[in-house]
Amino acid sequence: MDKIYAHPKSLRNIQTHYCPGCGHGIAHRIIAEIVDELGIRERVIAVAPVGCAVIAYDYWDFDCSEAAHGRALAVATAIKRVRPENIVFTYQGDGDLAAIGTNETIHAANRGENLTVVFINNAVYGMTGGQMAPTTLLNQKTATTVKGREAGIHGYPLKISEMLALLPGVKYIERVSLHSPQEIIKTKKAIKQAFSNQIEGIGFSLVEVLSPCPTYWGMQPKEALDWIKEVMVKKFPLGRIK
Amino acid sequence: MPKVTIDREKCKGCLLCVGVCPKKLISRDKSLNSKGHNPVKFQDKGECIGCALCAIICPDCCIEVYK
Amino acid sequence: MSGNEAIAEGAIRAGCCFYAGYPITPQNELIGYMSVHMPENKRIFIQAESEIAAINMVFGASAAGSRAMTSSSSPGISLKQEGISYIAGAQLPAVIVNIMRAGPGLGNIWPAQSDYFQATRGGGNGEYRCIVLAPSSVQESFDMMFSAFNLADKYRNPVIVLGDGMLGQMMEPVWLPVAGCRLPVAVKKPWALTGCKEREQNIVKSFYMHEGDLEKFNLLLQKKYAQIMDSEQRYEEIDTKDAKIILVAYGSMARIAKSAVKSLRAKGIKTGLIRPITLWPFPVKAFQQANRQTGEQANYLSIEMSYGQMVEDVRLAVCGKARVEFLGRSGGGVPTEEEIIKKVNSIK
Repeated sequence: MDKIYAHPKSLRNIQTHYCPGCGHGIAHRIIAEIVDELGIRERVIAVAPVGCAVIAYDYWDFDCSEAAHGRALAVATAIKRVRPENIVFTYQGDGDLAAIGTNETIHAANRGENLTVVFINNAVYGMTGGQMAPTTLLNQKTATTVKGREAGIHGYPLKISEMLALLPGVKYIERVSLHSPQEIIKTKKAIKQAFSNQIEGIGFSLVEVLSPCPTYWGMQPKEALDWIKEVMVKKFPLGRIK
Repeated sequence: MPKVTIDREKCKGCLLCVGVCPKKLISRDKSLNSKGHNPVKFQDKGECIGCALCAIICPDCCIEVYK
Repeated sequence: MSGNEAIAEGAIRAGCCFYAGYPITPQNELIGYMSVHMPENKRIFIQAESEIAAINMVFGASAAGSRAMTSSSSPGISLKQEGISYIAGAQLPAVIVNIMRAGPGLGNIWPAQSDYFQATRGGGNGEYRCIVLAPSSVQESFDMMFSAFNLADKYRNPVIVLGDGMLGQMMEPVWLPVAGCRLPVAVKKPWALTGCKEREQNIVKSFYMHEGDLEKFNLLLQKKYAQIMDSEQRYEEIDTKDAKIILVAYGSMARIAKSAVKSLRAKGIKTGLIRPITLWPFPVKAFQQANRQTGEQANYLSIEMSYGQMVEDVRLAVCGKARVEFLGRSGGGVPTEEEIIKKVNSIK
């Protein structure tokens, strides 16, 4: 009997600190699978964010750096410039990449750094207790928008992937989702593409992953997936953006 | 016959695998694991088709599939 | 060449392989020089989108094993404090040049020494120390870059080179030893991120979540700092042996203090100078030695382009055993030789 779905080698076999049903676990696993499949474990260097995935380096079994909140792409820029033979990627949440780190994100993209970015959009700040994120939907209730996000007060959900697609330095952007096994397979394909782009020297590649946060959406894990499918993808449409 | 194995100690009982199994072979275990979660269990009725949807959606990487 | 250019050339010759910076007056000649000469020597130069990005690029480059530096001036250095704290916490070597201007806020572009506290006390969040070097001439600015990178690597710690606008802009002849010596220096860094080939995973981080881990790590830092305080105090002494009044000044301020000592000595007033070269660790040893040599207690006069920052360290160094006076101006004002002489005369 053959094992057709096995634990990836680049992922430690330990329990994560994530809440039940959290999308980070799926995204971590997909990345580990890709690293194994591409045979790049000995070349890869990850830059972990500040946010729920701050200790991603405890789960991935390859070289990793921390970065101050929002600065992952500045850190990654330098690592890649110093070690162009390595495969460097950042793993960032919506607060990290699209709020506090917007400047670093836009300029790394605009310089066309040959990097891979995995951008986890769960429309909320998880680690700090469910506050509004730049990607929080209108009317979505969070710890800092208790009556729901209002455009006139809080602004609109930020579609940073579409913004970045305008930059000539950006070579590949796709928005994917974790709300079903089929979508997870597409997510893996997109992230693998983003890694392959770097290996081939194509340039800045970003995959935005719509990911469930059942805890701070106040939902059961299954409900959270349904919410992505029925509500979130209407505002953040899936597919290739660039 | 294909089958799945579940690491019940790593399972947090999110039940996402329960929802995606086309043969409904995975269910919530009434007994707790050492972390206090009700993990899922696989009931091998010889019907598993080895589609691996359960493993693909598992956020805690506790399912492996054999065929 | 100018002080800014000498620092840049010194850095390149000391094996700096990565520079990221953001323009700000009065250090623009430094980033300008780097933009030309780093690529020319096959080193990496990045004009970053902000000082914040620049220091985080230095974090990344250093994590990847490169000799890395950034430079800026006071308001820009404030922006870098977050990154410097992370560099200290992750125990990464890095060199940060601050060509100080006057503050607070945007202040102005005139020279000042008002970032002394920020540089010597940490500056960012958490308890950490940067080694702080203060050159006083263009030649010393050049030479000091070698020490800066070596100390950063030796202790895996951020090193700040603290100059001011006067020193940065000043033109002086510089002797460049070993002409053409622009090879990167090979230092073994087994902790660096290179890809985990034939070894375990490396992690560069300052985050310690489990109970007790951070305290353990902080004690390790404290031990390192104690070792630095013990071994790395540097200073210059002039005419302290028989001095009744010892001036204490660093950087460009020390140049003016030096000529004041000369003038005062010519008038028969026994004056000396202690010029701290390391501001942290503060050269406490210089004060102990000066005391021994005079036999009787000398009085001290701290002279600064600030309203009294280093003077606190002088007071701590003499520990109440001598009188410590202060003379300072800031906001672009620089104490003159005449003002120093007047102050000395009022003390004796």
